[in-house]
Amino acid sequence: MKHLISIEDLTKQEILKILDKAEEFEDVALGIRKCRILEGKILANLFFEPSTRTRISFETAMKRLGGEVVNISAQEASSIAKGETLADTIKVVSNYCDAIVIRHFLEGAARFAAENSAVPVINAGDGAGQHPTQTLLDLYTIRKECRKLEKLSIALVGDLKYSRTIHSLIKALTLFNSKIYLISPEILSLPEDFLEELNGNFQKARLEEVIEEIDVLYVTRIQKERFLDEEEYRKVAGSYRITPQVVEKLKSDAIILHPLPRVDEIDIKVDKMRQARYFKQAFYGVPVRMAILSEVMQ
Amino acid sequence: MKERELVVSKIREGTVIDHIPAGKAFLVLKILRIDEKTKETVSMALNVPSKKMGKKDIVKVEGLFIKEDELNKIALIAPNATINMIKDYEIEKKFKVKLPEIVQGILRCPNKMCISNTKEPITSIFYIKAENGDVIAKCHYCGKKIKKIAEFLI
Ligand SMILES: Nc1ncnc2c1ncn2[C@@H]1O[C@H](COP(=O)(O)OP(=O)(O)OP(=O)(O)O)[C@@H](O)[C@H]1O
Ligand SMILES: [Mg+2]
Ligand SMILES: [Zn+2]
Repeated sequence: MKHLISIEDLTKQEILKILDKAEEFEDVALGIRKCRILEGKILANLFFEPSTRTRISFETAMKRLGGEVVNISAQEASSIAKGETLADTIKVVSNYCDAIVIRHFLEGAARFAAENSAVPVINAGDGAGQHPTQTLLDLYTIRKECRKLEKLSIALVGDLKYSRTIHSLIKALTLFNSKIYLISPEILSLPEDFLEELNGNFQKARLEEVIEEIDVLYVTRIQKERFLDEEEYRKVAGSYRITPQVVEKLKSDAIILHPLPRVDEIDIKVDKMRQARYFKQAFYGVPVRMAILSEVMQ
Repeated sequence: MKERELVVSKIREGTVIDHIPAGKAFLVLKILRIDEKTKETVSMALNVPSKKMGKKDIVKVEGLFIKEDELNKIALIAPNATINMIKDYEIEKKFKVKLPEIVQGILRCPNKMCISNTKEPITSIFYIKAENGDVIAKCHYCGKKIKKIAEFLI
Protein backbone atom coordinates (compact mmCIF):
# COMPACT_ATOMS: atom_id res chain seq x y z
CA MET A 1 0.00 0.00 0.00
CA LYS A 2 1.19 3.50 -0.77
CA HIS A 3 1.42 6.19 1.86
CA LEU A 4 2.76 9.70 1.45
CA ILE A 5 4.62 10.63 4.61
CA SER A 6 7.78 12.46 3.65
CA ILE A 7 9.05 13.90 0.40
CA GLU A 8 12.24 11.95 1.05
CA ASP A 9 10.34 8.70 0.58
CA LEU A 10 9.80 9.60 -3.07
CA THR A 11 12.28 9.16 -5.88
CA LYS A 12 12.68 11.86 -8.49
CA GLN A 13 10.74 9.63 -10.90
CA GLU A 14 7.86 9.27 -8.48
CA ILE A 15 7.75 13.02 -7.92
CA LEU A 16 7.66 13.69 -11.66
CA LYS A 17 4.93 11.10 -12.10
CA ILE A 18 2.72 12.93 -9.60
CA LEU A 19 3.42 16.27 -11.27
CA ASP A 20 2.54 14.85 -14.69
CA LYS A 21 -0.65 13.40 -13.33
CA ALA A 22 -1.56 16.73 -11.73
CA GLU A 23 -1.18 18.32 -15.14
CA GLU A 24 -3.86 16.02 -16.51
CA PHE A 25 -6.22 16.96 -13.69
CA GLU A 26 -5.94 20.72 -14.06
CA ASP A 27 -9.05 21.07 -16.20
CA VAL A 28 -10.94 18.83 -13.78
CA ALA A 29 -9.82 21.06 -10.91
CA LEU A 30 -11.15 24.04 -12.87
CA GLY A 31 -14.51 22.30 -13.36
CA ILE A 32 -14.08 22.23 -17.14
CA ARG A 33 -13.93 18.46 -17.41
CA LYS A 34 -15.68 15.81 -15.31
CA CYS A 35 -13.71 12.91 -13.97
CA ARG A 36 -15.15 10.56 -11.38
CA ILE A 37 -12.39 8.04 -10.90
CA LEU A 38 -12.73 8.08 -7.11
CA GLU A 39 -16.49 7.62 -7.10
CA GLY A 40 -17.55 5.44 -4.19
CA LYS A 41 -14.38 6.18 -2.24
CA ILE A 42 -14.32 7.97 1.09
CA LEU A 43 -11.50 10.16 2.34
CA ALA A 44 -11.18 10.92 6.06
CA ASN A 45 -9.65 14.29 6.89
CA LEU A 46 -8.25 13.75 10.35
CA PHE A 47 -7.01 17.09 11.65
CA PHE A 48 -5.58 17.25 15.16
CA GLU A 49 -4.51 20.79 14.44
CA PRO A 50 -6.57 23.34 12.54
CA SER A 51 -5.68 24.06 8.93
CA THR A 52 -8.41 25.42 6.76
CA ARG A 53 -6.45 25.76 3.55
CA THR A 54 -4.93 22.31 3.34
CA ARG A 55 -8.12 20.63 4.48
CA ILE A 56 -10.31 22.45 1.98
CA SER A 57 -7.98 21.77 -0.90
CA PHE A 58 -7.98 18.04 -0.11
CA GLU A 59 -11.75 18.13 0.19
CA THR A 60 -12.13 19.91 -3.14
CA ALA A 61 -9.70 17.54 -4.82
CA MET A 62 -11.56 14.47 -3.54
CA LYS A 63 -14.96 15.84 -4.57
CA ARG A 64 -13.78 16.85 -8.03
CA LEU A 65 -12.81 13.22 -8.54
CA GLY A 66 -16.26 12.01 -7.49
CA GLY A 67 -15.30 10.88 -3.99
CA GLU A 68 -16.77 11.65 -0.59
CA VAL A 69 -15.11 13.29 2.39
CA VAL A 70 -15.54 12.83 6.12
CA ASN A 71 -14.08 15.71 8.10
CA ILE A 72 -12.90 15.15 11.63
CA SER A 73 -12.13 18.53 13.11
CA ALA A 74 -9.33 19.43 15.48
CA GLN A 75 -11.83 19.59 18.31
CA GLU A 76 -13.39 16.23 17.54
CA ALA A 77 -10.03 14.64 16.91
CA SER A 78 -8.59 15.81 20.20
CA SER A 79 -11.64 14.68 22.12
CA ILE A 80 -11.31 11.24 20.53
CA ALA A 81 -7.65 11.34 21.41
CA LYS A 82 -8.35 12.09 25.04
CA GLY A 83 -9.37 8.59 25.95
CA GLU A 84 -7.57 6.87 23.12
CA THR A 85 -4.17 6.50 21.56
CA LEU A 86 -3.51 7.70 18.02
CA ALA A 87 -2.85 4.07 17.13
CA ASP A 88 -6.38 3.10 18.16
CA THR A 89 -7.98 6.12 16.50
CA ILE A 90 -6.27 5.21 13.24
CA LYS A 91 -7.29 1.56 13.50
CA VAL A 92 -10.91 2.63 13.89
CA VAL A 93 -10.99 5.40 11.30
CA SER A 94 -9.07 3.40 8.71
CA ASN A 95 -11.86 0.84 8.77
CA TYR A 96 -14.37 3.51 7.80
CA CYS A 97 -12.64 5.00 4.79
CA ASP A 98 -10.38 4.43 1.80
CA ALA A 99 -7.63 6.87 2.71
CA ILE A 100 -6.70 9.17 5.57
CA VAL A 101 -5.28 12.66 5.43
CA ILE A 102 -3.71 13.48 8.77
CA ARG A 103 -2.39 16.63 10.35
CA HIS A 104 -0.92 16.31 13.81
CA PHE A 105 1.12 18.46 16.19
CA LEU A 106 3.68 15.73 16.95
CA GLU A 107 6.60 14.95 14.67
CA GLY A 108 6.49 11.47 13.22
CA ALA A 109 2.75 11.14 13.92
CA ALA A 110 1.93 10.54 10.27
CA ARG A 111 4.49 7.76 9.91
CA PHE A 112 3.21 6.12 13.04
CA ALA A 113 -0.36 6.51 11.79
CA ALA A 114 0.62 4.78 8.54
CA GLU A 115 2.06 1.88 10.50
CA ASN A 116 -1.31 1.41 12.19
CA SER A 117 -3.56 2.02 9.22
CA ALA A 118 -5.41 -0.40 6.98
CA VAL A 119 -5.63 2.27 4.26
CA PRO A 120 -3.15 4.75 2.72
CA VAL A 121 -2.16 7.69 4.92
CA ILE A 122 -1.24 11.10 3.54
CA ASN A 123 0.72 13.46 5.74
CA ALA A 124 -0.73 16.96 5.76
CA GLY A 125 1.84 18.22 8.26
CA ASP A 126 3.20 16.72 11.45
CA GLY A 127 4.41 19.39 13.84
CA ALA A 128 7.70 20.85 12.75
CA GLY A 129 8.19 17.72 10.64
CA GLN A 130 7.10 17.05 7.08
CA HIS A 131 4.49 18.52 4.77
CA PRO A 132 5.04 16.66 1.49
CA THR A 133 1.87 17.70 -0.35
CA GLN A 134 2.86 21.35 0.05
CA THR A 135 6.25 20.51 -1.41
CA LEU A 136 4.72 18.72 -4.37
CA LEU A 137 2.47 21.66 -5.11
CA ASP A 138 5.43 24.04 -4.79
CA LEU A 139 7.38 21.95 -7.28
CA TYR A 140 4.38 21.80 -9.56
CA THR A 141 3.99 25.57 -9.44
CA ILE A 142 7.66 26.14 -10.18
CA ARG A 143 7.66 23.70 -13.08
CA LYS A 144 4.48 25.16 -14.48
CA GLU A 145 5.29 28.83 -14.07
CA CYS A 146 9.00 28.68 -14.91
CA ARG A 147 8.39 26.03 -17.57
CA LYS A 148 11.20 23.93 -16.14
CA LEU A 149 12.37 22.49 -12.86
CA GLU A 150 16.04 21.81 -13.44
CA LYS A 151 18.87 24.24 -12.74
CA LEU A 152 16.83 27.14 -11.46
CA SER A 153 18.12 29.82 -9.18
CA ILE A 154 15.89 29.96 -6.13
CA ALA A 155 15.86 32.32 -3.15
CA LEU A 156 14.21 31.13 0.06
CA VAL A 157 13.32 34.07 2.25
CA GLY A 158 12.13 34.37 5.84
CA ASP A 159 11.93 31.70 8.52
CA LEU A 160 14.33 29.01 7.39
CA LYS A 161 14.71 27.56 10.85
CA TYR A 162 11.22 26.50 11.84
CA SER A 163 9.33 26.40 8.55
CA ARG A 164 8.56 22.79 7.66
CA THR A 165 7.50 23.95 4.21
CA ILE A 166 11.00 25.23 3.62
CA HIS A 167 12.71 22.09 4.94
CA SER A 168 10.71 19.75 2.74
CA LEU A 169 11.15 22.01 -0.27
CA ILE A 170 14.91 22.22 0.14
CA LYS A 171 15.20 18.44 0.21
CA ALA A 172 13.19 18.16 -2.96
CA LEU A 173 15.04 20.94 -4.76
CA THR A 174 18.36 19.17 -4.31
CA LEU A 175 17.01 16.55 -6.73
CA PHE A 176 16.68 19.16 -9.45
CA ASN A 177 20.12 20.78 -9.35
CA SER A 178 18.87 24.13 -8.18
CA LYS A 179 21.08 26.91 -6.95
CA ILE A 180 19.60 27.83 -3.60
CA TYR A 181 20.07 31.14 -1.79
CA LEU A 182 19.21 31.13 1.90
CA ILE A 183 17.99 34.52 3.01
CA SER A 184 17.00 34.94 6.63
CA PRO A 185 17.80 36.80 9.81
CA GLU A 186 20.57 35.06 11.74
CA ILE A 187 18.29 33.68 14.46
CA LEU A 188 16.03 32.09 11.83
CA SER A 189 18.72 30.55 9.67
CA LEU A 190 18.66 26.94 8.55
CA PRO A 191 19.80 24.50 11.30
CA GLU A 192 23.40 23.38 10.76
CA ASP A 193 22.74 19.66 11.09
CA PHE A 194 20.03 19.99 8.47
CA LEU A 195 22.50 21.48 6.00
CA GLU A 196 25.14 18.88 6.83
CA GLU A 197 22.94 16.13 5.49
CA LEU A 198 22.31 17.71 2.14
CA ASN A 199 24.56 17.82 -0.80
CA GLY A 200 23.44 20.63 -2.98
CA ASN A 201 24.33 24.07 -4.08
CA PHE A 202 23.47 26.30 -1.11
CA GLN A 203 24.59 29.75 -0.24
CA LYS A 204 23.62 32.25 2.42
CA ALA A 205 22.94 35.59 0.82
CA ARG A 206 21.25 38.93 1.15
CA LEU A 207 18.25 39.55 -1.05
CA GLU A 208 19.69 42.63 -2.73
CA GLU A 209 22.75 40.61 -3.82
CA VAL A 210 20.76 38.02 -5.75
CA ILE A 211 17.49 39.69 -6.64
CA GLU A 212 18.43 40.29 -10.28
CA GLU A 213 19.58 36.73 -10.83
CA ILE A 214 16.88 34.56 -9.29
CA ASP A 215 14.08 32.71 -11.06
CA VAL A 216 12.02 31.99 -7.95
CA LEU A 217 11.51 34.12 -4.85
CA TYR A 218 9.95 31.90 -2.19
CA VAL A 219 8.75 33.92 0.78
CA THR A 220 7.67 32.62 4.19
CA ARG A 221 6.34 34.32 7.23
CA ILE A 222 8.54 35.51 10.07
CA GLN A 223 6.58 34.80 13.23
CA LYS A 224 6.46 37.25 16.06
CA GLU A 225 6.70 34.46 18.63
CA ARG A 226 10.26 33.72 17.55
CA PHE A 227 11.50 37.04 18.88
CA LEU A 228 12.17 38.19 22.40
CA ASP A 229 10.80 41.67 21.94
CA GLU A 230 8.34 43.33 19.63
CA GLU A 231 10.74 46.09 18.60
CA GLU A 232 13.32 43.60 17.32
CA TYR A 233 10.63 41.65 15.49
CA ARG A 234 9.32 44.72 13.70
CA LYS A 235 12.78 45.75 12.62
CA VAL A 236 13.69 42.31 11.27
CA ALA A 237 10.33 41.57 9.66
CA GLY A 238 10.37 44.98 8.00
CA SER A 239 13.73 44.35 6.37
CA TYR A 240 12.45 41.12 4.77
CA ARG A 241 9.29 42.66 3.40
CA ILE A 242 8.64 42.24 -0.30
CA THR A 243 7.49 45.56 -1.70
CA PRO A 244 6.90 46.73 -5.31
CA GLN A 245 10.33 48.41 -5.17
CA VAL A 246 11.92 45.03 -4.44
CA VAL A 247 9.92 43.24 -7.12
CA GLU A 248 10.88 45.80 -9.75
CA LYS A 249 14.45 44.51 -9.55
CA LEU A 250 13.37 40.93 -10.29
CA LYS A 251 13.64 39.49 -13.77
CA SER A 252 10.36 39.93 -15.57
CA ASP A 253 9.85 36.17 -15.89
CA ALA A 254 10.79 35.42 -12.27
CA ILE A 255 8.03 34.23 -9.95
CA ILE A 256 7.11 34.98 -6.33
CA LEU A 257 5.67 32.16 -4.23
CA HIS A 258 4.34 31.97 -0.68
CA PRO A 259 2.69 29.00 1.09
CA LEU A 260 0.03 31.37 2.53
CA PRO A 261 -1.48 32.63 4.71
CA ARG A 262 0.48 35.82 4.38
CA VAL A 263 0.44 38.50 7.02
CA ASP A 264 2.37 41.46 5.68
CA GLU A 265 5.59 39.96 4.39
CA ILE A 266 4.38 40.62 0.84
CA ASP A 267 2.87 44.03 0.19
CA ILE A 268 -0.61 43.64 -1.34
CA LYS A 269 0.47 46.00 -4.11
CA VAL A 270 2.70 43.18 -5.31
CA ASP A 271 -0.36 41.01 -5.99
CA LYS A 272 -1.00 42.81 -9.26
CA MET A 273 2.57 42.57 -10.50
CA ARG A 274 3.34 39.95 -13.14
CA GLN A 275 5.73 37.98 -10.91
CA ALA A 276 3.15 37.29 -8.20
CA ARG A 277 2.05 33.66 -8.40
CA TYR A 278 1.09 32.75 -4.82
CA PHE A 279 -2.62 32.58 -5.49
CA LYS A 280 -2.02 30.44 -8.53
CA GLN A 281 0.18 28.29 -6.32
CA ALA A 282 -2.75 27.87 -3.91
CA PHE A 283 -4.97 26.77 -6.79
CA TYR A 284 -2.39 24.23 -7.97
CA GLY A 285 -2.81 22.59 -4.59
CA VAL A 286 -6.03 21.08 -5.91
CA PRO A 287 -4.77 19.25 -9.05
CA VAL A 288 -1.66 18.14 -7.18
CA ARG A 289 -3.74 16.70 -4.35
CA MET A 290 -6.02 15.07 -6.93
CA ALA A 291 -2.96 13.38 -8.37
CA ILE A 292 -1.88 12.22 -4.91
CA LEU A 293 -5.34 10.93 -3.99
CA SER A 294 -5.71 9.00 -7.21
CA GLU A 295 -2.18 7.67 -6.85
CA VAL A 296 -2.74 6.23 -3.37
CA MET A 297 -6.30 4.99 -3.86
CA GLN A 298 -6.25 3.47 -7.31
CA MET B 1 49.80 -10.63 29.19
CA LYS B 2 47.08 -13.20 28.96
CA GLU B 3 47.48 -14.23 32.56
CA ARG B 4 47.47 -10.64 33.71
CA GLU B 5 44.23 -10.03 31.87
CA LEU B 6 42.49 -12.80 33.72
CA VAL B 7 42.01 -10.49 36.66
CA VAL B 8 38.73 -12.24 37.31
CA SER B 9 38.31 -15.97 37.49
CA LYS B 10 38.01 -18.08 34.38
CA ILE B 11 34.52 -18.95 33.27
CA ARG B 12 33.53 -22.33 31.93
CA GLU B 13 30.84 -21.14 29.61
CA GLY B 14 29.62 -17.77 28.53
CA THR B 15 30.51 -14.56 26.77
CA VAL B 16 33.52 -12.31 27.25
CA ILE B 17 33.28 -8.79 25.91
CA ASP B 18 36.75 -7.38 25.50
CA HIS B 19 38.17 -4.05 24.30
CA ILE B 20 35.41 -1.88 25.76
CA PRO B 21 36.53 1.75 26.09
CA ALA B 22 37.39 2.41 29.75
CA GLY B 23 34.35 3.57 31.65
CA LYS B 24 31.77 2.05 29.31
CA ALA B 25 31.37 -1.40 30.94
CA PHE B 26 28.18 -0.40 32.76
CA LEU B 27 26.66 0.90 29.54
CA VAL B 28 27.42 -2.43 27.91
CA LEU B 29 25.43 -4.16 30.64
CA LYS B 30 22.66 -1.65 30.13
CA ILE B 31 22.47 -2.38 26.42
CA LEU B 32 22.43 -6.11 27.12
CA ARG B 33 19.72 -5.53 29.72
CA ILE B 34 21.76 -7.29 32.37
CA ASP B 35 21.06 -6.10 35.91
CA GLU B 36 20.33 -7.40 39.42
CA LYS B 37 17.20 -9.12 38.13
CA THR B 38 18.94 -11.31 35.58
CA LYS B 39 20.29 -14.60 36.88
CA GLU B 40 23.67 -14.80 35.18
CA THR B 41 26.85 -14.09 37.09
CA VAL B 42 28.70 -11.11 35.66
CA SER B 43 32.22 -10.07 36.40
CA MET B 44 33.89 -6.92 35.21
CA ALA B 45 37.39 -5.64 35.01
CA LEU B 46 37.72 -1.89 34.77
CA ASN B 47 40.68 0.21 33.69
CA VAL B 48 42.67 -2.77 32.50
CA PRO B 49 45.94 -1.65 30.86
CA SER B 50 45.82 -2.36 27.15
CA LYS B 51 48.41 -1.94 24.45
CA LYS B 52 45.91 -0.91 21.79
CA MET B 53 43.60 1.21 23.89
CA GLY B 54 45.65 2.47 26.80
CA LYS B 55 42.95 1.42 29.21
CA LYS B 56 39.95 -0.78 28.63
CA ASP B 57 37.07 -2.53 30.36
CA ILE B 58 36.16 -6.21 30.10
CA VAL B 59 32.78 -7.77 30.87
CA LYS B 60 32.30 -11.52 31.38
CA VAL B 61 28.84 -13.04 31.49
CA GLU B 62 28.77 -16.58 32.80
CA GLY B 63 26.43 -19.27 31.57
CA LEU B 64 24.89 -17.13 28.85
CA PHE B 65 25.53 -17.11 25.15
CA ILE B 66 24.25 -13.78 23.99
CA LYS B 67 22.80 -13.63 20.50
CA GLU B 68 24.94 -11.95 17.86
CA ASP B 69 22.25 -9.30 17.13
CA GLU B 70 22.21 -8.33 20.77
CA LEU B 71 25.96 -8.19 20.93
CA ASN B 72 26.22 -5.97 17.86
CA LYS B 73 24.25 -3.28 19.70
CA ILE B 74 27.35 -2.86 21.86
CA ALA B 75 29.04 -1.31 18.83
CA LEU B 76 26.92 1.81 19.43
CA ILE B 77 29.16 2.69 22.37
CA ALA B 78 32.10 0.32 21.96
CA PRO B 79 32.80 0.11 18.22
CA ASN B 80 35.96 -1.95 18.69
CA ALA B 81 34.66 -4.47 21.19
CA THR B 82 35.68 -8.09 20.68
CA ILE B 83 33.34 -10.91 21.58
CA ASN B 84 34.77 -14.20 22.85
CA MET B 85 32.39 -17.10 23.23
CA ILE B 86 33.76 -19.44 25.88
CA LYS B 87 33.05 -23.13 26.08
CA ASP B 88 34.90 -25.51 28.43
CA TYR B 89 37.18 -22.67 29.48
CA GLU B 90 38.35 -22.23 25.88
CA ILE B 91 37.51 -19.60 23.32
CA GLU B 92 35.21 -21.27 20.85
CA LYS B 93 34.47 -18.24 18.71
CA LYS B 94 35.86 -14.74 18.49
CA PHE B 95 34.49 -11.81 16.51
CA LYS B 96 34.40 -8.05 16.40
CA VAL B 97 31.07 -6.33 16.93
CA LYS B 98 29.52 -4.79 13.83
CA LEU B 99 27.36 -1.65 13.88
CA PRO B 100 23.74 -2.63 13.35
CA GLU B 101 21.91 -0.70 10.61
CA ILE B 102 18.84 -0.32 12.74
CA VAL B 103 18.09 -0.60 16.46
CA GLN B 104 14.71 -0.88 18.12
CA GLY B 105 13.73 0.00 21.65
CA ILE B 106 17.15 0.84 23.03
CA LEU B 107 17.44 4.56 22.27
CA ARG B 108 15.17 7.39 23.34
CA CYS B 109 14.52 10.23 20.89
CA PRO B 110 15.86 13.59 22.17
CA ASN B 111 13.00 15.41 20.44
CA LYS B 112 10.26 16.13 22.99
CA MET B 113 7.76 16.64 20.18
CA CYS B 114 8.47 13.21 18.66
CA ILE B 115 5.60 10.71 18.57
CA SER B 116 7.98 8.07 19.96
CA ASN B 117 8.08 9.96 23.28
CA THR B 118 4.35 9.62 23.97
CA LYS B 119 2.12 7.04 25.61
CA GLU B 120 1.40 5.51 22.19
CA PRO B 121 2.15 1.79 21.81
CA ILE B 122 5.37 2.52 19.98
CA THR B 123 8.93 1.22 19.99
CA SER B 124 11.69 3.65 19.15
CA ILE B 125 13.47 2.89 15.90
CA PHE B 126 16.81 4.41 14.93
CA TYR B 127 18.95 4.10 11.82
CA ILE B 128 22.63 3.82 12.62
CA LYS B 129 25.47 5.25 10.60
CA ALA B 130 29.17 5.87 11.13
CA GLU B 131 30.06 9.41 10.10
CA ASN B 132 33.73 10.35 10.23
CA GLY B 133 34.46 8.01 13.07
CA ASP B 134 31.39 8.95 15.12
CA VAL B 135 28.33 6.79 15.49
CA ILE B 136 25.14 8.64 14.60
CA ALA B 137 21.58 7.47 15.15
CA LYS B 138 18.60 8.93 13.26
CA CYS B 139 15.03 8.64 14.49
CA HIS B 140 12.74 6.72 12.13
CA TYR B 141 9.79 8.85 13.20
CA CYS B 142 10.99 12.45 13.38
CA GLY B 143 14.41 12.32 11.71
CA LYS B 144 16.23 13.80 14.71
CA LYS B 145 19.87 12.75 14.94
CA ILE B 146 21.67 11.61 18.07
CA LYS B 147 25.40 12.16 18.25
CA LYS B 148 25.97 11.42 21.94
CA ILE B 149 24.45 7.97 21.93
CA ALA B 150 25.38 7.05 25.51
CA GLU B 151 23.09 9.81 26.80
CA PHE B 152 20.02 8.40 25.12
CA LEU B 153 20.19 4.72 25.98
CA ILE B 154 16.89 3.61 27.48
N1 LIG C 1 37.86 -19.22 30.10
C1 LIG C 1 37.86 -17.90 30.18
N2 LIG C 1 37.17 -17.28 31.14
C2 LIG C 1 37.15 -15.93 31.21
N3 LIG C 1 37.78 -15.11 30.38
C3 LIG C 1 38.48 -15.65 29.37
C4 LIG C 1 38.56 -17.07 29.22
N4 LIG C 1 39.36 -17.31 28.14
C5 LIG C 1 39.73 -16.10 27.66
N5 LIG C 1 39.22 -15.11 28.40
C6 LIG C 1 39.36 -13.65 28.16
O1 LIG C 1 38.96 -13.38 26.82
C7 LIG C 1 39.75 -12.33 26.25
C8 LIG C 1 40.40 -12.80 24.97
O2 LIG C 1 41.34 -13.83 25.24
P1 LIG C 1 42.52 -14.21 24.27
O3 LIG C 1 43.26 -15.31 24.91
O4 LIG C 1 41.97 -14.42 22.92
O5 LIG C 1 43.40 -12.90 24.36
P2 LIG C 1 44.07 -12.06 23.18
O6 LIG C 1 44.99 -12.93 22.41
O7 LIG C 1 44.63 -10.82 23.81
O8 LIG C 1 42.83 -11.70 22.27
P3 LIG C 1 42.55 -10.37 21.44
O9 LIG C 1 43.36 -10.39 20.23
O10 LIG C 1 41.06 -10.43 21.17
O11 LIG C 1 42.89 -9.19 22.36
C9 LIG C 1 40.74 -11.94 27.33
O12 LIG C 1 40.25 -10.78 28.00
C10 LIG C 1 40.77 -13.14 28.27
O13 LIG C 1 41.05 -12.71 29.59
MG1 LIG D 1 44.16 -8.80 24.05
ZN1 LIG E 1 12.11 11.12 17.06
